[in-house]
Amino acid sequence: MAITVIAIVKIRNLFAVVMLGSIFSLLAAAMFVVLDAVDVAFTEASVGAGISTVLALGTLALTTDREKKPMHTKLVPLCVVFLTGAALIYGTLDLAPFGSKNAPVHTHVGPTYLAEAQEKTTVPNVVTAVLASYRGYDTLGEVTVIFTAGIGVILLLGNWRRERDSGDDQNA
Amino acid sequence: MRSYLVLRVVSKLLMPFILLFALYVQFHGDFGPGGGFQAGVIFASAFILYALIFGVKDAGAVLPRGILRFGIAMGVLLYAGVGVFNLLVGGNFLDYNVMAKDPTLGQHLGIWLVELGVGLTVASVMVTIFFTFAGHRYRPQ
Amino acid sequence: MFLEYFNYWIVVFLMMAGFYIVIAHDNLIKKIVGLNIFQASVFVLYISFGKITGGTAPIIAEGFSVYSNPLPHVLILTAIVVGVATTALGLALVVRINEAYGTIEDDEIHKADEEED
Repeated sequence: MAITVIAIVKIRNLFAVVMLGSIFSLLAAAMFVVLDAVDVAFTEASVGAGISTVLALGTLALTTDREKKPMHTKLVPLCVVFLTGAALIYGTLDLAPFGSKNAPVHTHVGPTYLAEAQEKTTVPNVVTAVLASYRGYDTLGEVTVIFTAGIGVILLLGNWRRERDSGDDQNA
Repeated sequence: MRSYLVLRVVSKLLMPFILLFALYVQFHGDFGPGGGFQAGVIFASAFILYALIFGVKDAGAVLPRGILRFGIAMGVLLYAGVGVFNLLVGGNFLDYNVMAKDPTLGQHLGIWLVELGVGLTVASVMVTIFFTFAGHRYRPQ
Repeated sequence: MFLEYFNYWIVVFLMMAGFYIVIAHDNLIKKIVGLNIFQASVFVLYISFGKITGGTAPIIAEGFSVYSNPLPHVLILTAIVVGVATTALGLALVVRINEAYGTIEDDEIHKADEEED
């Protein structure tokens, strides 16, 4: 994944950049399967490697497909990125080691959901049960966000002046 | 792309399988990985494949805009409707225990309906966004 | 110690690379791709918090006793779908910006805006 990201930074042909982004999403989905998150891997593969790539290719068809040469040097962003990265790595030294049972995220509610979801809802897939029943309110908000995105795209790109323009084309 | 015979035949053969797989993922989300979002995206990808091969006009004849917009709104309404129904019957908003005589059966029914609403909205929105992007004519100002 | 913290450092590297793409490049589409990389690396971080060594996917089945924590999975599922909605809206805005200004490079758009005033 690191090699893909370095290639995206360097390459200026936008079509190649979009395709490398899709490969990055697919590698992220594979990593999710290794980390036991099968629902998340399914969603990331279908949404990241599918829909995002198709829409970006559609945008490329409606705009240019090559990036211009950069005018100014990139020293200040590089310094900012190194400083932020160093601060974050210093922060991660305090975290629990990878895969331990005593991490703070495993206390409080997680084991309760695992223990009770099968009896209370007769649904073996605990992620679906938590998503639709225990945290159903959040999922309602998420569906509203998708709804709003669809409405927004219709408003932005919807060919609203279609009837008047086609009338003008026929007269001219 | 209409003139490439292999692409046309293979995509026509594949579309029913993709739709069937999307329905499988939607309704077996309880027992394996899956659920509403993944099923909606796979369902939309079948129609996007059709539009890529045969053109947006023909795909717009298969799924006209009115049906798509109806689908977008119906999914959200189904989800919120389940919540309001729970309020009317006597429980809290989105509390599925009161939906049937047996609380666990009520939970299962509520989860099933809610995932159906989510899948419907996600599929309609993805298809609408793709058709809008593909049918947009470049009009510089 | 290196093996235990290695996954966090990889995530920080990916996050910083995505951050660098967003602030250093001028092309709008490349910035949106960089934003997607940033989001995906944050997802990997959260999912790696939830993993328990020796566990399996959180689907209750016969014969397994240790499951990975399902709570981060639920949060990240919502976050992925919201991320794709934001990306779709961002790409629609890029198309409209291209129609209005004729370019999608950031510095040219700034120059056109300054020349108007």
